[in-house]
Amino acid sequence: MTSSEEHSLLSGVRRDFPILQRTVHGRPLIYLDNAATTQKPRAVLDVIDNYYTDKNANIHRGVHVLSEEATNAYNDARHGIQTFLNARSDREIIFTRNSTESINLVANSFGRNNIKSGDEILITHMEHHSNIVPWQMLSEQVNAKLKIAPIDDRGQLIMDEFEALLTSRTKLVSVVHLSNSLGTINPVKEIVDLAHDNGVPVLLDGSQAVYHMPVDVQSLDCDFYVCTGHKLYGPTGVGVLYGKETILESMPPYQGGGDMIRAVSFEKTTYADLPQKFEAGTPNIAGVVGLGAAVKYLRNIGFSRIAPHESDLLAYGTEALSSVPGLRLIGTADKKASILSFVMSGAHPHDIGTIVDREGVAIRTGHHCTQPVMDRFGIPATARASFAMYNTRQDIDALVQALERVREVFPS
Amino acid sequence: MTGLRELYQEVILDHNKHPRNYGETDGADYQADGYNPLCGDRLVVYLKVHEGKITEVTFVGSGCAISKASASLMTDAVKGLSLTAAKELFDQFHTMITDKVERDFPEELGKLAVLAGVRDYPTRIKCASLAWHTLRSALDNNKGSVSTE
Repeated sequence: MTSSEEHSLLSGVRRDFPILQRTVHGRPLIYLDNAATTQKPRAVLDVIDNYYTDKNANIHRGVHVLSEEATNAYNDARHGIQTFLNARSDREIIFTRNSTESINLVANSFGRNNIKSGDEILITHMEHHSNIVPWQMLSEQVNAKLKIAPIDDRGQLIMDEFEALLTSRTKLVSVVHLSNSLGTINPVKEIVDLAHDNGVPVLLDGSQAVYHMPVDVQSLDCDFYVCTGHKLYGPTGVGVLYGKETILESMPPYQGGGDMIRAVSFEKTTYADLPQKFEAGTPNIAGVVGLGAAVKYLRNIGFSRIAPHESDLLAYGTEALSSVPGLRLIGTADKKASILSFVMSGAHPHDIGTIVDREGVAIRTGHHCTQPVMDRFGIPATARASFAMYNTRQDIDALVQALERVREVFPS
Repeated sequence: MTGLRELYQEVILDHNKHPRNYGETDGADYQADGYNPLCGDRLVVYLKVHEGKITEVTFVGSGCAISKASASLMTDAVKGLSLTAAKELFDQFHTMITDKVERDFPEELGKLAVLAGVRDYPTRIKCASLAWHTLRSALDNNKGSVSTE
């Protein structure tokens, strides 16, 4: 254990994650697939278990004790997310299934209301498919145009080109905060300011950002911010849409049904206020409560401790992987998070993934739902190691050792 | 459980590095695209058929060692076969890589038996089967694209 890890005090964090105790192929699990999903701390597992064991009831309108307790737990979680993202009001926090659904909500509700024939939507070349396809679908429906801001050879957004693509026809900018396949951290504040100077609202996809860095939606001044629970050390099946209250107010509902109404008759329905207007049907109550526990856990540890630890892992990992013969990093932006995408001469990412798995090391291989990024770099796929707060330098050493096994099978 | 060395046998590594029958075929009678959306592997299989027999078969594409070696071995195996025999070989190969029951492989499989180890790597079965599904699609004279999903 080095002094920097001791200093970060994060070694004890591993004990909070029961799954990290298990073995894979008879070896200790080294989990380096955090950009796909993070593991869950005991605090989250307990809260979900306790919800179903002790509180389970449908929320809203119930007059019995269980319903009241479940409703309170649900509302507390919303308040927790509001604090976590520093939103002005908890009416600005909408629960969805995941980031994908959050983006689809904005595309279908805000998009159809505000984007017309001949208008343009501006995204970047490094978007996840979830921030491409909904806009393509919308563009087809309303005959709008999708514009793509290019990236450079290091995987950085070319800001001059981005600015040049912002025109009077641009009606929305939708940009990833932190790229899942390249690790690039985009200059989102600058992007928001540029767009707002042109009167264009901005959606930020924070799926990867929220577990690496503090996010303050008021200081970013973004109009929408989306993230997903399962990358935030929370459960799957719950996501978040933050939207400025005035904008959310102006948007029509995305789905109709129970819970999103004020009054229904066969002649006319009036909709509920925010946030219920966008939460039709019984939500993932246990998931929301679990996500509430996850952000509470994260806050208790604090990004002041997580960030230096992860940046140590990034620096150590970058150096360690660069020393592997024939290995090339894809994504070498100046501002990066602890995600290392790479290719190796003579070995396809899929084969790399299988071989390191036999050593107990879990990484992801493939296009990471960013096929345009792969095309940009002229490669079919990458292998990707992504680090979270519970990873250590020893995990990276284990990866490097496993990559030596790859070299034995596939000499460069 | 098949070990890594058995999965990546010399024959497989050799066919990966030096794929046989690699390239496009001008004036192919049959041709089909194969695509594995999970990993992005793509390949095209070309066939020339004369009097019901495969006289020429080639492929192009990119993929992992398993998928490339499987495509290369397949082209060697089906060249000279009748269309019916090629379809039978497809079935035998498919059974070999998916069947959980240990059994002797039919003799016809020959060298293809080196790929039997993928049975123990469920996430890799599609790598081995992509070329074969593409061949099948070509034989069915389906000029479209076949996907493993």
